[in-house]
Amino acid sequence: MRIVVTRRIAPPRWFEIAVRFMAIIIALLVMAIVFWAYGISPTVAYKKLLLDSFTTAHGFSETIVTMIPLLLSGIGLSIAFKAQLWNIGAEGQLLVGAIAATGLALSFPDTSAYLMIPLMFLVGFLAGALWGLIPAILRAKLQVNEVISTLMMNYIADRLLLYLVSGPWSVAEVIGQVAYAGFYQTNLLPEHLWLPVLGGTRIHWPTLLIALASLVGAYLIITKTPLGYEIVVVGENLEAAKFAGIKYLKVALLVMIISGGLAGMAGVGEVAGIHHRLRSGFSAGYGYTAIIVAWLGGLNPILILISSLLFGGLLRGGYLLRTMGIRIGIVNMFNGIILFFILASEFFSNYRIEIRR
Amino acid sequence: MSEAHGKTALREEREIEPIVEMRGIVKTFPGVVANDHINFEVRAGEIHALLGENGAGKTTLMNILYGIYQPNEGEIYIRGKRVEIRSPRDAMHLGIGMVHQHFMLIEKHTVVENIALGFATKFLFPTKEISRKIREFSEKYGLTVDPNAYIWQLSAGEQQRVEIIKALYRGADILILDEPTSVLTPKEIDELFSILKRMKEEGKAIIFITHKLDEVFAISDRVTVLRRGKVIGKLKTAETNKKELARLMVGREVLFRLEREAVKKGKTVLEVIDLYALNDKGLPALKGVSFTIAEGEILGLAGVAGNGQKELVEVLTGLRKAEKGKVLIRGVDVTNASPRRIAELGVAHIPEERLKHGLVPNMSVAENLILKQYYKQPYCDKFFIDRKKVLENANKLIEEFNIMTPSPITPAKLLSGGNIQRLILARELAGSPDVIIAAHPTYGLDVGATEYIRKILLRERKRGSAILLVSEDLEEIMALSDRIAVMFEGEIMGILPAEKASLEDIGLMMAGAKRMGVVA
Amino acid sequence: MNSTLIISVLRSAIRAGTPLLYATVGEIYAERSGVMNLGVEGMMIMGAVSGYAMGIITGNPWIAIFLAGVVGALMALVHSVLSINFRVNQVVSGLALTMFGLGLSSLAGAKYIGVPKRASLTTVKIPVLSKIPLIGEVFFNQDPMVYVSFILIPVLWFILFKTKVGIIIRSVGENPAAADALGVKIYLVRHLCTIFGGFMAGLAGAYLSVVYTPAWVENMTAGRGWIAVALTIFSLWSPIRAMLGAYLFGGVEAVQFNLQAYGIPPDVLGMMPYLLTILVMVFGAEERIRKRLGAPSALGIPYVRGEK
Repeated sequence: MRIVVTRRIAPPRWFEIAVRFMAIIIALLVMAIVFWAYGISPTVAYKKLLLDSFTTAHGFSETIVTMIPLLLSGIGLSIAFKAQLWNIGAEGQLLVGAIAATGLALSFPDTSAYLMIPLMFLVGFLAGALWGLIPAILRAKLQVNEVISTLMMNYIADRLLLYLVSGPWSVAEVIGQVAYAGFYQTNLLPEHLWLPVLGGTRIHWPTLLIALASLVGAYLIITKTPLGYEIVVVGENLEAAKFAGIKYLKVALLVMIISGGLAGMAGVGEVAGIHHRLRSGFSAGYGYTAIIVAWLGGLNPILILISSLLFGGLLRGGYLLRTMGIRIGIVNMFNGIILFFILASEFFSNYRIEIRR
Repeated sequence: MSEAHGKTALREEREIEPIVEMRGIVKTFPGVVANDHINFEVRAGEIHALLGENGAGKTTLMNILYGIYQPNEGEIYIRGKRVEIRSPRDAMHLGIGMVHQHFMLIEKHTVVENIALGFATKFLFPTKEISRKIREFSEKYGLTVDPNAYIWQLSAGEQQRVEIIKALYRGADILILDEPTSVLTPKEIDELFSILKRMKEEGKAIIFITHKLDEVFAISDRVTVLRRGKVIGKLKTAETNKKELARLMVGREVLFRLEREAVKKGKTVLEVIDLYALNDKGLPALKGVSFTIAEGEILGLAGVAGNGQKELVEVLTGLRKAEKGKVLIRGVDVTNASPRRIAELGVAHIPEERLKHGLVPNMSVAENLILKQYYKQPYCDKFFIDRKKVLENANKLIEEFNIMTPSPITPAKLLSGGNIQRLILARELAGSPDVIIAAHPTYGLDVGATEYIRKILLRERKRGSAILLVSEDLEEIMALSDRIAVMFEGEIMGILPAEKASLEDIGLMMAGAKRMGVVA
Repeated sequence: MNSTLIISVLRSAIRAGTPLLYATVGEIYAERSGVMNLGVEGMMIMGAVSGYAMGIITGNPWIAIFLAGVVGALMALVHSVLSINFRVNQVVSGLALTMFGLGLSSLAGAKYIGVPKRASLTTVKIPVLSKIPLIGEVFFNQDPMVYVSFILIPVLWFILFKTKVGIIIRSVGENPAAADALGVKIYLVRHLCTIFGGFMAGLAGAYLSVVYTPAWVENMTAGRGWIAVALTIFSLWSPIRAMLGAYLFGGVEAVQFNLQAYGIPPDVLGMMPYLLTILVMVFGAEERIRKRLGAPSALGIPYVRGEK
């Protein structure tokens, strides 16, 4: 008996969606087992997790809050991944975006909000774009592996943040004190620069608008513009791209500028819309979760919207699970399992397994 | 005394019995019979040349002997015993070694590390023992190479010696060399030949795959000629001559000629002047290539693959740098211009590797059709691509070029080979190009698709396009070309009008045995 | 700066660098065979929690550390099966393992929070050698795992560069087609190297929880696994260079807060390992360097016989 593996020519469209769906279901099942192992009834856990996040008004608003940075970063990542640029650096790009916006806000505390808020988003975009640009240049010109370089940039950004919030930008009372293992933060941003929220909730709608606009924008760019065409060709077949006269350097740079910039703006949203100050550890790994969001969404805008909503709800629910004695780390587990199953299912959709006697 | 005499008699008998015998070998791949009932034998202590063009079946046959392929029919006998060779490991155990055209060496490692990779070496410090043995081989056969050099530091000739040593180290008595001189300088070729001669004297059997007649006469004792998968001739080298071999190699059948009308040649469109270029390894691939093509003319470029044709096409289409020389299109200097600029000047390129260069597999047929024009009017207007126009164009081209596809938005990778080529043709020819560079346009296609593509090329010729047709199919070249150029080792051996071209001359030029210059 | 301070700093550098060293050399073996394992952080944290738990259950630090290695190896097995047999994207597979490992360890470690260690390894002064001024104090006044690394790492270097096994491993990572043609079992070599990498990462994690820090803390690896991945590149895939790099990066970690007094912000210093890694990658991209010291040519590329 032999196992023969052959490459499929073309997996049917529905197959790819079905396979992702299966991945989620199986991951949920595995998590149910974990709950059960902790002596918690899976149905109770899931009810708490999902119902609250999606059916209660407050829960759903929180889900949206969590969704915003995931969606914005996820869109940017989907563009990068489409060009086969493995941008693992959304986290760092998000952080520097937040840093830039905070720096701007704290430097000009008296300027009008109508001027400042758009500017904050702009510098956030530029900072994130710069953070993504560097690995892009290294990749295009020197073939430096972008997985590692973007990852390193994440850690550099993280240290930069730590330095700023524990040092020069630290809250006035803390400067001079001895370090302690808590979190550091800057002063509160001037109140008029706090992003407006939808009444009663924490949904900072300007960022949400930007996210939705980016969704539409990304869709248009990829499907309707020459740049989008070039991105797809570059990602599919680099040789054919050369053949067609497409310049890889240009595409790589633009893609990473957009990807980094969008993540940067997500960071601005978190700082100006939720925390209202820069503090260490404010990003709950959004940049990394966004990778899964983008992947689960198959780099398709609508699916990414759904997937970011799903993960928003899950992350939100994860916090609730804490009350049941389950640590927040369970969310990480869930993410890992989802990724695994997507991976395995990608394999099954690309290859056919036959058992021959 | 009588014992010695008996031994001599025995030795004579053994000399006649072949060390390798392949009987009735048949090997088919989908759509083609690569080896058609081939009988082939080699004796110990001889250098046996296996001669033929590309596609004749030489490499396939040797890959069978080396265990890379399994024959559909036929038997193999080594030293008189019937054997099954299921993998290179089996072949090595039988004493068969092969030096491929593309070396399988690890660039970052040293010579000894590469040789140590196989089996039968010690665990600790394997390199010491190997260094010793390398010195042995050096003295015995002249295979000098620095054991501690890194592969990337070595010249092609030295790397080849490492491959030979690899085979010898495993006790090879039968050595197969696949087109070994294609990467060597003349001096290195001499060195290789003297090595081979010494190995022959030691009683090894050497099979030498080649398409170059000079080499056959330089070192072989016997030569077997293959054509289209069959053995056409088996001769003692001393008893034949170049003309005879050339004739055997390319054949003398009456060729099918398409209706090629006389078309009035126009002005010169493409001028290539003294072009020099390097290949991927940094060695000269083009050495002073010059030719012109006029409106309404097809220049067929004949020659065995690997003699610079690929590099020539790449230079002409902007994908490779020219070190020296010029390329002019209607007088405009496009040497080392970007692919886009060259394309915009009206140059179409039908690439040799369709899937790699010509197609974006997951994109739709319609999207592939605008690969060269997506950024221009009428498909792109300011910021957006006009989907409607793209589809209109696709539908038009699908009909015109008879591309069989379920719809214009079907992913291109689902198309059959022939239809992929039609797609590429449609895309390239849609803009009525001034120059068409067609590299092996019918390679791997069925009869119907082949005929169609040839018809299209003739149609373009009639329209006034200047066409460079690169092909290994001599029949195709003879049928379609107005003039024929033959390339060998980076040089044009001759350019002559089709009427004046005899198969014999072309065969000789392809094998490097004759130069004719430009014949009017 | 007096000599006591220097000695203390150097000693800390070695201690801090040791877990990095174990994880890095394991990853070097995996990458040398062609498999990129980004799950090191996940394997390390799982090793940490397993080691801690086993230490409490068995009371024996060596058993605990060894079992932690086994846990890391099992995780690596998942990665290797996915990457080698299923030919999935190795980057994503590694990330998934890291996330999974971080999550599972946090759940599994929950019940050990606040539970004091039963097993640990204390510093052992080596007689005679530790009396050597400066060097003795720094190198020979450490815990046993450090001593193990002093011997193990050079041995691993020797195996990789001076024995047949090492040639096979490196060839599989450079040109698997050539090795395959000579009868080398590509899949087997890659599996073994990846699993070994996971084992070492598990050991590294256990060192952290059993020896280095006083108690189990969630996510205690704090990104050291990623530093190990960076170190693999920084060391240009050589165990001896990894040793130097590990102590260097470990030194940064050990010293960053001390230097605060001299006006060097700890976090800026903390950026150094990552910046240096990027610099090394840029440096290594140059053609001639890449030919000699660059990444294994087949790194991250699944091998299929005959497929282009």
